[in-house]
Amino acid sequence: MRPVGADEIESLAIGAWILGTGGGGSPYLALLNMRQLYRKGVVCQLMDASELHDDDLVAVVSNMGAPLVGQERLTDPKTMALAVTMMEEYLGRKFHAVMSLEIGGGNSIQPFMAAAVLDLPVVDGDCMGRAFPEAQMTSFAIHDLRMYPLTLADVRDNAVVVARAASWKWMERISRKACVEVGSIASTCKAPRTGKEIKECAILGSTTKAIRIGRAVQAARRAHRDPIDAVLEVEAGIKIFSGKILDIARRTTEGFLRGTATIEGLDQFRGHTFKLAFQNEFAVGWLDDRPRVMTPDLICVLDTVSGDAIGTETLRYGQRMTVIALPAPPILLTPKGIEHVGPRAFGYDLDFRSVFA
Amino acid sequence: VRRRIGIDVGGTNTDAVVIEEGIVKAWVKKPTTADVTTGITRALAALVEQAPAAREAQAVMIGTTHFTNAVVQRRDLGRVAAVRIGLPSGASLPPFVDWPEDLAALVRGEVVMLEGGHEFDGRPLVPFDSRGMREAARRIRAAGIRSVGIAAVFSPLNASCEEEAGAILQQECPDVAVTLSHRLGRIGLLERENAALLNACLVELARTTARAFTRALRASGIAAPLYLTQNDGTVMLAEVAEAYPVYSFASGPTNSMRGAAFLGKRDEALVIDVGGTTTDIGILRLGFPREANNVVEIGGVRTLFRMPDLLSLGLGGGTLITSAPPSLTIGPTSVGYRLTEQALVFGGDVLTVTDVAVAAGLIDLGDRRRVASLPAGLVAQALTRIRAMIEEGVDRMKTDAAEAPLIAVGGGAFLVPPRLAGVSEVLNVPHQAVANAVGAAIAQVSGEVDQIFQDLSRNEAIDRARRLAEDKAVEAGADRATISIVEVEDLPLAYLPGNSLRTRVRVVGEIA
Repeated sequence: MRPVGADEIESLAIGAWILGTGGGGSPYLALLNMRQLYRKGVVCQLMDASELHDDDLVAVVSNMGAPLVGQERLTDPKTMALAVTMMEEYLGRKFHAVMSLEIGGGNSIQPFMAAAVLDLPVVDGDCMGRAFPEAQMTSFAIHDLRMYPLTLADVRDNAVVVARAASWKWMERISRKACVEVGSIASTCKAPRTGKEIKECAILGSTTKAIRIGRAVQAARRAHRDPIDAVLEVEAGIKIFSGKILDIARRTTEGFLRGTATIEGLDQFRGHTFKLAFQNEFAVGWLDDRPRVMTPDLICVLDTVSGDAIGTETLRYGQRMTVIALPAPPILLTPKGIEHVGPRAFGYDLDFRSVFA
Repeated sequence: VRRRIGIDVGGTNTDAVVIEEGIVKAWVKKPTTADVTTGITRALAALVEQAPAAREAQAVMIGTTHFTNAVVQRRDLGRVAAVRIGLPSGASLPPFVDWPEDLAALVRGEVVMLEGGHEFDGRPLVPFDSRGMREAARRIRAAGIRSVGIAAVFSPLNASCEEEAGAILQQECPDVAVTLSHRLGRIGLLERENAALLNACLVELARTTARAFTRALRASGIAAPLYLTQNDGTVMLAEVAEAYPVYSFASGPTNSMRGAAFLGKRDEALVIDVGGTTTDIGILRLGFPREANNVVEIGGVRTLFRMPDLLSLGLGGGTLITSAPPSLTIGPTSVGYRLTEQALVFGGDVLTVTDVAVAAGLIDLGDRRRVASLPAGLVAQALTRIRAMIEEGVDRMKTDAAEAPLIAVGGGAFLVPPRLAGVSEVLNVPHQAVANAVGAAIAQVSGEVDQIFQDLSRNEAIDRARRLAEDKAVEAGADRATISIVEVEDLPLAYLPGNSLRTRVRVVGEIA
């Protein structure tokens, strides 16, 4: 267990936005909350999963809802903590730590907000290793862990416990319905996990990884070095393509933002074209019409100059951007993992081939 | 005779033109003064000397960056009360939360957070705490605060909380100026609230400035009403505009773009405005600048409201060039208004972009013998770099790959090469150095309606909104016969009684 510095939270926000692979929502408001908390003297503790006892209980938290609503009903540490204490009341047991559902985007910081209020440590890990659009796209689902109970709290003291669900899909449907009813923004505490489950089924070390990536970007910027090269170095990533956006087509279907970006190559990629398909997150990339990179390999799009991550909703014509791939957590690459989060899970009839293979 | 005076007060120069029946009759360029009004008075005197008929102008339009500068330089800002309506949500992120500390310390008076606000579908979040608002209003009065910014959760969809809060303030402290966030911004509570608070801290300055402008006009023997130009390229009567200083934040570049459209006789084009310190690139759609839909930072404060979509490059006539062969750096530092003392051609000792342009024969300024010894290789390298900066900037602003015309304006327009990648033609227009003042002079009046209509078909709702917008434009001084629609937007809302449609219509017309 070790204290997390205010500067590390800043790095976490940068790194988590990159690991969001185009989705996960901007960490900006969550970061503002943490700055407020640290100004008041809060210091969060980060713990290694190995420090958990097998029967310790861990709360897995995330914010749920429409990003647009989150821009008006601003995220709040107290509400996040409320979902956790509700779960404790329901279970009649206390949690020993909190952990993030997804390390990509704003949900990377939500457990720190809850931890600050509840005075609990944060487990270094999550269950996606990136961001994904659906509840069953987690390492826990791949391991067939139980998906209930779930608690959902809104800021007005409305609270829902989903005591049981027949499947991950049902859990998603029922909790989504409750979320829409309270205004399409809510704090959730997912099915509680034991220390043993965390150690065996979570994606461990992803918080440290996000901090490391953010720190590499910051250090490169300070030294006027290329921040993208810095990310590739620390994470053994691959530069996939670099160019400018030539065309962008988007549509909102079934609650997802789907679309395709066409990128014209620059510098070493001049004369080539890259197509990038997304469904909230970047899913598949084609180099000159041949599949080049696909989920669950992490497809991250960064501003070529600043190294800032670019979200799928802010892509626009003329942007200079670089596509990089980072290795996916091993659990996502197993046959079961590919079934949950491979290209076919997003509707692309492609056999998964990793760029790192 | 239709006669207008347009004035643009920039950081370096105050430009003025008089336009008669669509023809530029006279123009002047005078240094901007610290008090702004002296510069305007001098420009007007010079203008009247050239064209005495200017005194009979029917309208005077002034565009100024005065209010943006006040924020950036942290001066002449008033202390304000912030009223946030949205508890219990957002309690952890109070107003001013993401402001730079120095600016917040200057501006932050009372901070009030109350229950209320709405859901994304129009339902109330919780009932509005009107009693709390009344108590807060009394505290604000007791604290001697004269300006209040109010922001409620989802007010762009339902403004009733902000309006009720404003009405209570008017009852309890009739002298305070009230800024309601939904009049300024869109979805995004913090950014909209920031825009309202910036506006609130500038209201007093805007009032005194607008009145000083009017006095300057009268002292120059001009009786015409005064209008201030807005970010969207239209004008408001000064006594109305003084309540919305943030609406003039980007009026300088907007005026340049509108002027470029007028002088270049194009409604669809790219515009490049090269000044002394920066170059702004924007796009004209139907003769107006395309709007930005992303966060715009002003003086370190994140805001989101109607602003032209611009790309600013650190390239202007005064931009410094540092050369240590084989490397060469352009900017971003500029000598700005000290160009005429510090540039080589003016007897100074620093190498600027203007010096390179003179050496290359692009323009004749100062003493060209003083740059005769510049190595030809350096001049060529600098020009190549400038071209690359402009080409990349133009390409970034385009929305598609098709070639488009580019209108070059501003005092540094000579830096724009005659041929550029992705550009069908570069248009150099007459009076390009005062395009901003021309843009001010030709500005029209707008009227906008953004409200929820119930139990009407889509066409009926738009029609109703259009008529209301036209009435507003006429009220603001437009000639009804010249009004046309520039924007229509409609959005069906669920969870509201009846068949609810939120409709926004904006119209513009010539000043009557």
